[in-house]
This record gives sequence, C-alpha cells and structure tokens, in this order.
Amino acid sequence: MSGPSTYNPKSGFEKWIDTRLPLPRLLHDTVHTFPTPRNLNIWYTFGGILTFCLGVQIVTGIVLAMHYVANAGLAFDSVEAIMRDVNYGWLIRYIHSNGASMFFLAVYIHMFRGLYYGSYKAPRELIWIIGVLIYLLMMATAFFGYVLPWGQMSFWGATVITNLFSAIPVVGGHIATWLWGDFAVGDATLNRFFSLHYLLPFIIAGVVGLHIWALHVPGNNNPLGIDVKSPQDTVPFHPYYTVKDAFYLVLFVILFAVFVFYAPNFFGNPDNYQPANPLVTPPDIVPEWYLLPFYAMLRSIPSKLMGVIVMAGAIVTLVFIPWLDTSRVRSCRFRPLMKQFFWGLLVCCILLGYCGSQSVDAAAFGIIPLVWVARLATIYYFAFFYLIMPIVGLIETPRKLPASIAQSVLGDTAAASSSLPAE
Amino acid sequence: MAATTSDAGTRRDFLYVASGAMAGVGLASAAWPFIDQMNPSSAALALASIEVDISSIQPGQQVVYKWRGHPLFVRRRTPKEIAESKAVDVNSLPDPLAENANLPAGAPATDANRATKPEWLVLIGVCTHLGCTPTVSTPQMPEGDYGGWLCHCHGSQYDTAGRIRKGPAPRNLDVPPYTFTSATKIKVG
Repeated sequence: MSGPSTYNPKSGFEKWIDTRLPLPRLLHDTVHTFPTPRNLNIWYTFGGILTFCLGVQIVTGIVLAMHYVANAGLAFDSVEAIMRDVNYGWLIRYIHSNGASMFFLAVYIHMFRGLYYGSYKAPRELIWIIGVLIYLLMMATAFFGYVLPWGQMSFWGATVITNLFSAIPVVGGHIATWLWGDFAVGDATLNRFFSLHYLLPFIIAGVVGLHIWALHVPGNNNPLGIDVKSPQDTVPFHPYYTVKDAFYLVLFVILFAVFVFYAPNFFGNPDNYQPANPLVTPPDIVPEWYLLPFYAMLRSIPSKLMGVIVMAGAIVTLVFIPWLDTSRVRSCRFRPLMKQFFWGLLVCCILLGYCGSQSVDAAAFGIIPLVWVARLATIYYFAFFYLIMPIVGLIETPRKLPASIAQSVLGDTAAASSSLPAE
Repeated sequence: MAATTSDAGTRRDFLYVASGAMAGVGLASAAWPFIDQMNPSSAALALASIEVDISSIQPGQQVVYKWRGHPLFVRRRTPKEIAESKAVDVNSLPDPLAENANLPAGAPATDANRATKPEWLVLIGVCTHLGCTPTVSTPQMPEGDYGGWLCHCHGSQYDTAGRIRKGPAPRNLDVPPYTFTSATKIKVG
C-alpha cells in the first residue's frame, strides 16, 4: 500500500522544494492520496481524535506552565491563581484536566477497536506494540500531571505509586528514594515530576510519528479484517477520511465541551482541592478513573510484591497479544466465539474499574465482597490473553470471509463495474 | 584488504573492542552524574533529629509528629492494649521480626522488642505497603479488628504494637531510632 509515490510537483517552486526537502511529497502521499480501505467505520476515527487530544494537551499545557510554580510551598496557590486570576486560566486548566480524561477515553476506544478487529495481527504487530508504548507514556504523563496541583490526592497518589517500586526486592527502597530525591515525596519530587510532565508529551508526539509511519507500511486494517486486494477496495484518504474524521471529531469536541463547561470537576476528586498534607492520608484514596482497573487488581492481591507484579503484568501482557492470538482470521465479525469472550473482557475491565473506585471493604448489594469480584475479574483478564486467545484461535470455526472489501461494500456487480465512488 | 594477515586482523579487532569498551566506560561515567543528581541532596541528607515532649499525651492517646518528612506516631498505650499485644504468639505473625532500629536485625517481634517502655509505642507512621498514613484505632472509633491501626488505602491492619496482622503490607510498622532523654522527653533520629 505504501507503493510508489504519486506526487507530481507542478510549479517550479514545488519542484525546487521536492529535490531538496520532499516534505510536500510526504504530506501528499500520507494524508492526501494515501489509499485507505473504503469500509472504515466510526471506530476508526479515534486515531485522528487522539492526535487532536495530544495537540490540545500540549498547547494548553505550555500555557499553564507560564503561570504554574513547581514548588511544594507555592504550587497549590499558583494553581488557584490560574483558576481565579489569570485571564481565561479557568478555561485553559479545565480543558487540560478534562482533556486528560478525554484522551484516555479515546485511547481505550482505540485499543478495544484494535482488539476487536484484530489490528494487532501480522503484519501490524509493531504498530500495536508502539501503541502500547504510547499508552504507557500517557499513563506516566498523566500521573506526573496529576501530582502538580499538590493537593491531597496529588500527594498521596504520588506516594502510593512511587512506593510500588519499593516492592522490588533488595533495591526497591533505593529506587523509591531515588525517585523522590528525599526520604518522602516532597519538593524535590514535585520539581522533577514537573520537568518530566513537560518532556513526555513531546516524546509521545515522536512515538506517535513512529506509530503512523508503521501504519503507513501495511495500511489500515478494516472492520472485515481482510487485506486490500485491488485499488477498488480503497479510497484516497482525502477527502473521504479527512471529512469523516473531522465529522466525528466535532461530535467528540461537543462531548469534551460538555464536561469543560458543565461538569468540569466530574472526573476530579474533591480532596484535591485541599493542599497536600504529609501527615494525613485522605480516608479513601482513588486514582483517576482511567487507572482504576489496574488499581483494583493491585488491591485485590493480598501480597505487596505479587500485587505489583500482577498490575505491571496486566500492562506488559498487551505487548504479547500479536503472538497470543493464534487465529488466522483478524476480525471478530467472523469469530463467533471470540466475539463473546471479547465482550466479556470489556465487562471485566469495567467491573474492575468499578471495584477500584469503591472502598477496600465494600460489598455489592451488601453481600458480595468487591475484593472477590475484582479477583475473579483479574483472573478473567489474564485468562483471556493467556488461555482464551490461544485456544479459541485453534478450536473456533470462523465464518466465511467475503472475497474482497469492495464486494462486501458494493455487492458483486457494483464491485466489478466501479473503481471509485462518485465524488 | 584481502591480503590482511590474521595477525593484522587480530590487532584491528583488539583496537575496536578496546576503543568500544573505553567509550562504554566513558558513557557510563558521564551518565552517572545525571542519574545521581536525582538522589537526595546534601540538604535532604542533613537530617535533623527531633526531640519531643510527650508529657501531655494521655493514656490511650496518639500524637503525630513530623520526622524526616514522615509522620511519627507516639502512642501511650493502656494496660489493656499492652496485655492484648503481649498475648500474641510471635510465630503466628506475618512479620515475626521486631523491625526496631534500636535492636539487632533479627530480633523477634515481641511486645518488649516493639516498645522499650511498654507504655510508649514510637513508630514511623508509614504503612509498609505503599506508604499511606494508617488511621489510629481507639475504643470510641475502632479501626480494623486488632485495636491498632487501619490503613484505608489498601486495608492493612496493625495491632496495638504496630505489627501487621492482616492485609497486603509485608512488614510491621518501623520503629525509628529513639532514646528517652528524660522521663517525658524522647529524642528521635
């Protein structure tokens, strides 16, 4: 699909540029004529939405950094000053804080879409693994950012997460001290987290470049999970998908705006409007919603080291998915058995998220201890990847795949007669 | 190049390996300052010890001080709490070690090894699981099943000697180095 370039410089100036820095050629080939399967649905618009989210976070973040003070004594007040005194500071900060949640909402949809349609399967393994890396970087960035307002949740969230490293035998304590720059989370910790929070988004932007580069070698997967076989199966990226992406981006931005303007603290925790106090832990500390499933796993294991291993394992597992799935068929549309297990996984992740949001000793309906719900969901999570994926791929009889994307979309006769839809 | 003797090849290989190794050593030495700068600074290392007056603490009460950036628990235990703690079989504990900086590393977690003077329990108020501050249990407001502390973050429960009894925490609450400078004053650190 990343065949020979179709760029044809017309003016002398374009030719002059093209022989020196072929940037127009790159843009022409990647966002203009790039042949894209003609059957991509709404779930394929989240790549563009995610790029938008990254841009929004970088722009609002740079502005916030102009007013924020990374000092344990001043950070909380400087954030309040942004909210009250800085012109439109409230808007920019609410866009940034809700933007993190919208970013994760989009990335989870994007990941589950990849899982459902088998977008991780050959030849797209590296796209998937680079994606997992981006997800890890996003989590680190979000964690560092959450610490910066230096409220109670910031402080104790930082304490708990950095203490995860102290579970490592022998060197764990030294690693925690090294991360803190002190013997507890403090001013030194806040400063370095600010530095890293500013750095990582640019690293993410670079890795996103690799993600897209890797994507443009085999081209997009599609809801049918079958390869593009002829030019009839594709349409040029522009205008077909630029317009489609833009339309769904607008809907996404409307949802984003609803939170920013009508429920800006919906995803937040009221405890974080109290300044950090190293002597008092809030009664219930909960991470941001997008980390709750992992937090529930950590809490459900009654051993410190095992809890940390399971939590880290849940993320590392994602890297191996391309080789854990033994099926020759990509899309769950044609995998009647796998489809059901997939929805089971989604339900388990949501259940884990719910368990993580409740207090340690909570019970559902007053009788079912949530810690056991979390344990069962954790078992399913790992069983899904290490047992169900390999076994179902071998025993399942997939449905018959269509002959081509064009045939599936247009029907037999139309596919034979038309090469491009009317513009 | 085809005429290169094995002797010359070996010399060249040696030069490659030697210069490569030197470059590696140089890179590692250059990297070290950038790694070590994140460790606690001299200012953080210059740890002051603190002296606290405990005369106003009532039996059954816990007062929290700040030491090395962490909460320091000083709890004046009631006779009932001491008796409950002494009744525990040390071998049945998840962590049978005293975790007391004033004693040798292998000391067992008996009540006497946890509190030099039975009435006074001095602990670092940092849950050994993930570092939250456990909430003290009092007869009026019980926290957990063992009369000591409950950590609300992940549900670790400590007894009246600060020993872990239930939950994910791996170790007993640490006893910091401390001495009684008088009957009502202790010096910590």
